[in-house]
Amino acid sequence: MSIKVYIPRDSAALSMGADQVAMQIAVEAARRGASVEIVRNGSRGMHWLEPMIEVATEHGRVAYGPVAPENVAELFDCNFLYGCQHHLLLGITDELPWLKNQERLTFARVGITDPVSLEDYIAHDGYRGLSRALSMAPADIVQEVTESGLRGRGGAAFPTGIKWNTVLGCEAEQKYIVCNADEGDSGTFSDRMIMEGDPFVLIEGMTIAGLAVGATKGYIYLRSEYPDALLTLNEAIDCACKNGYLGDNILDSGRSFDLEVRRAAGAYVCGEETSLLESLEGKRGLVRFKPPLPAIEGLFGKPTVVNNVISLASVPIILDKGATFYKDYGMGRSRGTLPIQLAGNIKHGGLVEKAFGITLRELLYDFGGGSASGRPIRAVQVGGPLGAYLPESQFDTPLDYEKFSELWAVLGHGGIVVFDDTVDMAKMARYAFEFCAVESCGKCTPCRIGSTRGMEVMDKIITGNQPTRHIELVRDLSDTLLNGSLCALGGMTPYPVLSALNHFPEDFGVDASKTAA
Amino acid sequence: MEATNFSSIQTHIDQYRATPGGLLPLLHAIQDDIGYIPEESYSPIGKALNLSVAEVHGVVSFYHHFRSQPPGRHVLQICRAESCQAMGSAELEACAKSRLQIDYHETSADQAVTLEPVYCLGNCSLSPSVMLNEKIHGRVSPEKLNSLIQAARDSK
Repeated sequence: MSIKVYIPRDSAALSMGADQVAMQIAVEAARRGASVEIVRNGSRGMHWLEPMIEVATEHGRVAYGPVAPENVAELFDCNFLYGCQHHLLLGITDELPWLKNQERLTFARVGITDPVSLEDYIAHDGYRGLSRALSMAPADIVQEVTESGLRGRGGAAFPTGIKWNTVLGCEAEQKYIVCNADEGDSGTFSDRMIMEGDPFVLIEGMTIAGLAVGATKGYIYLRSEYPDALLTLNEAIDCACKNGYLGDNILDSGRSFDLEVRRAAGAYVCGEETSLLESLEGKRGLVRFKPPLPAIEGLFGKPTVVNNVISLASVPIILDKGATFYKDYGMGRSRGTLPIQLAGNIKHGGLVEKAFGITLRELLYDFGGGSASGRPIRAVQVGGPLGAYLPESQFDTPLDYEKFSELWAVLGHGGIVVFDDTVDMAKMARYAFEFCAVESCGKCTPCRIGSTRGMEVMDKIITGNQPTRHIELVRDLSDTLLNGSLCALGGMTPYPVLSALNHFPEDFGVDASKTAA
Repeated sequence: MEATNFSSIQTHIDQYRATPGGLLPLLHAIQDDIGYIPEESYSPIGKALNLSVAEVHGVVSFYHHFRSQPPGRHVLQICRAESCQAMGSAELEACAKSRLQIDYHETSADQAVTLEPVYCLGNCSLSPSVMLNEKIHGRVSPEKLNSLIQAARDSK
């Protein structure tokens, strides 16, 4: 019987040469007459070990990594297919502390299954949520999601069930489910890992959403920077269609749901839901005024659910195991789990799914192992380019939407970008304005003009030109952006700017005691 | 515009003219096919989709991904976002610019490489990252970047 060898097809693994390793293993196996079945799985999320390969054994899957193509022959030499003491041996994958200490609900299958095998998906509890949903009344599905306490994982943390209920309550001949897969925040890749590692869970979640609110058409708005995710999603959608899980008359239920992937085109602002809808309609991604809410007048003027990938991918397990099961994880009003992404200057970067309540310090040091450079961690930015910078004194904050908001910070999409003590926070503040200027849709003045003016003032501060006076200008400008912008791009650019200034005034050339907000 | 380009553009237009919100898929199809969106195509696209030339131009120019000029044989995107900055992407930018003797949004004199900034490739646990054509590379050192650039220049 052939031995299964798992080599990820996730683009993090590909970026470290997983394809070359897979090719080398195939060549070497053929040369030696070894019977090997290569499975291209998703990534387990231990990205510093990529490409991490696994061999199926009677004791469970055994991991080796990071494997370079030149290691392959020696792995065969020491008989790695039957377990060997090679220096790249990591042990039984499920026993590795990084994985063992997680609570993987949304990511339950990622890295374990073949992402495009429907058979594998079903064998690992896939489509159980849909099958239950098909026996439920729409309002009961919505109720289940509401009770689970699931909040929008894209960053805004709006209760998913309440959004669905609004759409359910609208009378319309056509409604839509739109998946926001325009994961543009720096430091985030959980959407990508789901789409590349377990696309069926997203398809199932969107199908359930369709049943719940009465929508028969779904779009996944996928960022153009994710070509591998595009291929995987389309392969999975084709497979779901062919097997009766999408299209007309899903599983002979008489219900229909069609799904299409639309490629974005590199505009960060299109991650904002109304801008995204404009883009899906084929227009410039200009932000819309609200109201009307997209739930009432969304895509092509019809009631539309717009949810992030992780929100939708968390729905199947909620329907399968019930609202209470999901709600039992977490703290306060942050229920369930959050896929957290450790990025930037971190020794052990990757994906950690944990119940809300874990602290930054546990993530940075227990999971992350400190900085990659070995220098002290000076600041972390949580929640993407519009998230605040947090200093060491705030590392004991638990991950919880409300706790972060008390610190004037955000959890956002769960990305944590780590900086060591070589970072210049004034430059990071300048970059926040620059990013806003590059990505502004231009509809509202504070964002369009304010971002450029902010960059200019920061340039003066950085060159030591009257910093105290110019910091006052930055604060004044930030106030205008915060209160006068149409969407979060302009409205939240002050988060990284002012948090950098408040926590690290010495980088702005001023005395800490003289620049209190 | 070459006649072959024109006929392929017309094929794409015919494919997407009835698609709801079909302008972005259409522009992607054209750029995937010939590498950019020629200005001469704005008018036939507008006619088919009932849009003005200004509206088509507006969409092409709004999105960073779309180009109105042909790129070099390879497109090199360097991530400028925070995570990659924390791992030394500024050095990679300087290295690529000096090696290719160009700035962002320009093409090297030998027409081999077009250099573009990108704001996050979603590979932030393996920063710094670059994308060469559609292939992503993680933990990129200046030496690795130089060899990628050299390979691109040497290949057709």
